[in-house]
Amino acid sequence: MKFKIFLSLSLVYCLVFGGFSYAADNSLSVEVEIPRMNVAEYHKPYVAVWLEDSNRKATQVALWYDLDMKDNEGKKWLKDIRQWWRRVGRKAEQPFDGLTSATKGPGKHRLSIDLDAKHLASIPSGDYQLRIEASREVGGKEVINIPLSWPPKASDYPISAKGSSELGSVSIQLN
Amino acid sequence: MKISRPFKVLISMGMLVGLSFNASAHRAWIVPSSTNLSGDAPWVTFDAAVSNSLFVPEHVPLRVKGLMVKDPNGNLIDVENAHTGKYRTTFDLNLVTEGTYKIGYASGGLRASWKDKEGNRKRWPGRGQTANDADFATAVPKNADELQVSQSYRTLETFVTAGEPSNKVFKPTNSGLELVPVTHPNDLFVGETAKFQFLFQGKPAVGVKLAFVKGNTRYRNEQNQIDLVTDKKGYVNVTWSEAGMYLLEAEFEDDLAQAPATKRTASYGATFSVLPE
Repeated sequence: MKFKIFLSLSLVYCLVFGGFSYAADNSLSVEVEIPRMNVAEYHKPYVAVWLEDSNRKATQVALWYDLDMKDNEGKKWLKDIRQWWRRVGRKAEQPFDGLTSATKGPGKHRLSIDLDAKHLASIPSGDYQLRIEASREVGGKEVINIPLSWPPKASDYPISAKGSSELGSVSIQLN
Repeated sequence: MKISRPFKVLISMGMLVGLSFNASAHRAWIVPSSTNLSGDAPWVTFDAAVSNSLFVPEHVPLRVKGLMVKDPNGNLIDVENAHTGKYRTTFDLNLVTEGTYKIGYASGGLRASWKDKEGNRKRWPGRGQTANDADFATAVPKNADELQVSQSYRTLETFVTAGEPSNKVFKPTNSGLELVPVTHPNDLFVGETAKFQFLFQGKPAVGVKLAFVKGNTRYRNEQNQIDLVTDKKGYVNVTWSEAGMYLLEAEFEDDLAQAPATKRTASYGATFSVLPE
């Protein structure tokens, strides 16, 4: 399966000051690929994306899980996004407003991280990892850890990474 | 397999007595189907047995009687669907409250062994019997040969967590050998070092002998037992090199017993799930 998580830096935030117009560094665009799997029984993976500092303090970025099962049955499997569950999930109420969506099938998917969002704007500067974890029912698990500085520095981008099993290519751009 | 008669008596005494620390002896355990759960009021199912192989029920079941469950608020709650079969007891638990639950047994009392006039080894309480300290004077001959009387404490437990791990169930009861987590037992990961403290009668237990053995022993030739001893403040560190379900068996004794006992003996058993990174 291919998941593409697109952290879209997509939207360029333009500020106009005294006649100068420039693109502010205010969103990250993340593209995450969910690989296609040649398996008899395929379920779209649960995926979590979060930002983690060197003390393991985490900030949620995105969560894709099965929202539509009756009686919230889909939440039963959130613990299987194991690292995320430990760092973020078990401490928080799901769904995260505005960060949660349904699972996604093979292909490239985009996420946009709004750097001006309250919960991101307030995090201290330093070294972080963007962590992307996928867990597939009757399948495997994989975590990709992408080191980055916070706040994002234009010279570091684009950043790319690649999973080996449950995640495909990941690319991050700063807009 | 031939088992000598005294050993048979030993392992059948209340089943929990089977907690012996010889690597080849029978071991008591309670294994949850999952230790960390998500979702609304999740369920966990448990197996409880005494066996040689971990965690294969092949000897005798643990009993439902005496099983205690503490919810994250410290309240005693009931298990559901309890069933005792030939080799194991199974039961279910609905984790209605978020946090950590403790499931297990705690027992203890006077125990005695001696030789009767014919030279036969005697034990009190006898096989399958529950001891009542008040009966000691009438049940045990005071001047018997090789009379040994101990004040014993036995604990066997496991832990499961819905949502975020909590610590209320670890509040010491100050009775027997108890684990006080520095690292939460439902937060163990490969490559990390867990730290626990042991208390006996509420005080740091120095020199507790601990043995950790990972499950699935039937699929390997070596036990790969991890042997550790608590330090001067009762602490122990264990580094997990492999993921899996582990059984910890710990034992402690001292000679600070009150008459008629001449020593205090304590055992502690628990299962720990170590997750892969």
